[in-house]
Amino acid sequence: MAFGPFLLLALMEGLVTAAVLALAAAGLSLVFGVMRVVNVAHGEFYMLGAVLAWAVTTMIPGPPALAFLAAVIIAPLLVAALAAAADGLILKRLNYDPEATIVATIGLLYILQQAALSLYGPNANPVTAPFEWRIQLPWFGYSGYKLFVVFAAGMVLLALWLFMNRTKAGLVMRATQVDRTTAQAFGINVDRVYMGTFALGAGLAALAGVLVVPIQQAQYLMGHDPLLLSFIVVIIGGLGSLRGTLIAALVIGLSDGVISMFFTPTLAKILATLLVAMVLVFRPQGLFGAKA
Amino acid sequence: MTNGLLHPTRRGLLMAGGAGLLTAALPGYVAAQAAPVKIGFQLHRTGIGAAYGRWYERTAQAALKAINDAGGIAGRPVEILFEDDATDPKRGSEVVDKLTQSDGCDLVMGTLFSHVVMGSAPRAGELKVPYLVCSEGYHVASGALNRWTLQPGITDVRAQISTMAPWVAANLGKKVTMVFPDYAFGHDHRDFFTAAIQAQGGEVVAQIAVPPTETSFTRYFPQIPAETEVLYHVMVGPAVLTFVKELGEFYGTGAKPALFGFIDSLEAVDTATPGLEFLEGSHFWEAHPRVKAADAGEHEGHYRAAVGVDDNGASVSDAADVSTYSHMFSTWETLYFIKQAMEASGYTGPADRQKLVEAMEAITDLPYGIERPQGAKRFNGKTHQVFGAQHISQVQGGKLVKVHTTTIDEGMYEDAVDYTTMYF
Repeated sequence: MAFGPFLLLALMEGLVTAAVLALAAAGLSLVFGVMRVVNVAHGEFYMLGAVLAWAVTTMIPGPPALAFLAAVIIAPLLVAALAAAADGLILKRLNYDPEATIVATIGLLYILQQAALSLYGPNANPVTAPFEWRIQLPWFGYSGYKLFVVFAAGMVLLALWLFMNRTKAGLVMRATQVDRTTAQAFGINVDRVYMGTFALGAGLAALAGVLVVPIQQAQYLMGHDPLLLSFIVVIIGGLGSLRGTLIAALVIGLSDGVISMFFTPTLAKILATLLVAMVLVFRPQGLFGAKA
Repeated sequence: MTNGLLHPTRRGLLMAGGAGLLTAALPGYVAAQAAPVKIGFQLHRTGIGAAYGRWYERTAQAALKAINDAGGIAGRPVEILFEDDATDPKRGSEVVDKLTQSDGCDLVMGTLFSHVVMGSAPRAGELKVPYLVCSEGYHVASGALNRWTLQPGITDVRAQISTMAPWVAANLGKKVTMVFPDYAFGHDHRDFFTAAIQAQGGEVVAQIAVPPTETSFTRYFPQIPAETEVLYHVMVGPAVLTFVKELGEFYGTGAKPALFGFIDSLEAVDTATPGLEFLEGSHFWEAHPRVKAADAGEHEGHYRAAVGVDDNGASVSDAADVSTYSHMFSTWETLYFIKQAMEASGYTGPADRQKLVEAMEAITDLPYGIERPQGAKRFNGKTHQVFGAQHISQVQGGKLVKVHTTTIDEGMYEDAVDYTTMYF
C-alpha cells in the first residue's frame, strides 16, 4: 500500500482508539480530580458497559439500531447506579483514604470481573452494530460505525465539558475538587458530590464500553487494556484535567495507530510507557495538571 | 398425641432400622463393583480458550457416556474430573498437579492451547503421569516435551500444513502472505508453511504476526503486500470474529487476494454472520467438516447426535452456538485411545502408568469407526503423534462445503525424535 493511504488508515484507526480512550480516561480523571480516589476498578465498569449492552440488545427485539440506542441509555445508567452503590457501601466507609481506596477498588475489580464471569460466562459475544455502512475508499474499505464512534465520543466529551463549566452541578463539583473543606463550609453536600462523581466516572467508562462493543466483543476480561491505557493518558494529561485528558488521549491514540502500523504494536506500547516515565520524572503533575 | 423422636411409631422404627441396614450394606456393594478409572481433564473453561473448552467438555462427556454404556474400560466404570485452567500456562501446571496428586487421577488429558501445553507438560513429566494433549501443536513430535506427553487424537500443524501447501500452490496462487498468532502455535504455521510452499515453487512474501491477545486487527492489514496472490490466515482466541469482520471491511468491495484460512479463524463462529459475506468462495482447512459432507462416513450421524450437534455443526438446542468442530473430535478419539491402551496393558492403577505409556507407544493403526469419527489414523509411537486425513472446504452460499480430502500419507514427515529411547 502506498504511503498516503497507509497513513490515512493509521490515523483513522488512531482516532477511534483515541475517542474510546478519551471517554474512559475522562471518567478516571474526573474521579481522581474530585475525589482523589485512584479507581483501579475503572476498567471493569468499561467491561460492564459492554456486557450490559450485549444483555440489553439480546433482550430487546426489533431493529439493531433501536436495541443499540436502548443499550446506550440503559447500560451506562445501570453501571452508574452500581458505582453509586459501591461508593456508598465501600469508599465512603473508608473516608476516601487514598491508600485504602486503592486496595478497595482492587477488590472491587476482582468482584466485578468474577461476577461477570459467573453470571455472563467466559464467552466473547458480539453485538450487532446499529447500522451496517461501509466506506469504500479507492485503497481500502472502512467501517462507517467506527467513524460514528469518533463522532459520538466527541459529542459526549463536549457535553461533559459544558456540564462541568456551564451548570451549577459542575460548579459544585469543581468547587469540591479545589477544596473539599471550604466547599463543605459553604453548605455543599460533599458526600452527594462524591457519589455523583463516582457514578458519572463509571458511566463514562460504561458508555465507552457500549460504543466499542460492536467493533470488538463483550468479554469478561476486556477491562484490562482500557484501564492501563486510561492510566497512561491520565498521568500524561494531568490527573483531574479534562483538557489534558483529551489531548493525551489524542496523542496516545494517534501515535498508537501510526506506530503500530508502520512499526509494531509492541513498540507503540513501549513508547507510551516511556512517555509516562518521562512525564513522571520531568513533570509529575502531568502536562496540564495543576501543581499539587 | 403427636409422633416424634420421643414417641416413635412401630412403622417409623422399622423404616429407620431398614434405612440403617441399607446404609451399612452400601459400601460393601460399591466395593464389589470395580473402582472407577479416573481421568483428569485439563479444561479451558474460562480465559481466551473458553469457546473450545465448552465444546471439549461436551464432546468428552458424550464419549464418556458411550464408553460407560458399553461397559467402561476393562469392565471398570470411567469418571472424568474436569478442572479449569483459565487457558493459562501457570495455572495449567497447577491443574496437572491437582488432578494427579489431590484427585488421584490415573492420567490427565484434554489441553488445547499450545502455550498451556508447553507450561504443563514438564510438570506431568515430573509427576510421571501420562499427559494426553488435544492441541495440534508440533511441540509433541518436535521432541520438545517428554515421554509422558502424547497427542493421539489430532494431527499436528506440521502435517496439516504439508498437505495443504500443494493444494494452495496448485489452485490459489504461489505468492502467499501469512497472518498468524504470535506464539508457539502460530510459529508452527509460519515455519512449516513457509517451507512447504517453497517446496512447491511458491514463496511467502510477508509474515504478519499478531499478538494472541489482540482485539483490533485493521492496523495489521496494510502490511499485506499488493503482489499477494493468496492470503493465508489463522487466528485464535475470543477476537476471531473481529478479525474476520475487519478483514472484510478492509477489502470491502475492492480487489482482494484469494483467501485461504485455517478454520481456527472461524471456530465457534457462524459463517453466515452479517459482515462475513466477503468470505464467499474462499477456502478453509478443516480437520472434520463442520457441515455434514454428502459423503460423510457411516458413524458421522451417530457422533453428531451423541455430542448434540446438528448437520450445520451448531448445537441442537441453540443454532447460534456453533461448535469447534475441527478440534473437539480429538477429545472423543483420545478417550477411546486411552481405553484401547488400558485394556491392552492390563492397567490396574497408577503403579501401571509406565506400562500404559508403553502400550500406547505400541499402537499403530487406528481404523475408522465410532471410536474415530474424524477418520482413520496412524499413530507413531516414536514421536507420540497421530496422523489423519485433512479436508479443504469452500464457503458456498454462506456454508462450508467440503471440496478436497487429503490422504494420511501426504502429511507424514521424517521423525524428529524417538521418545521410546528416553527414560521414564
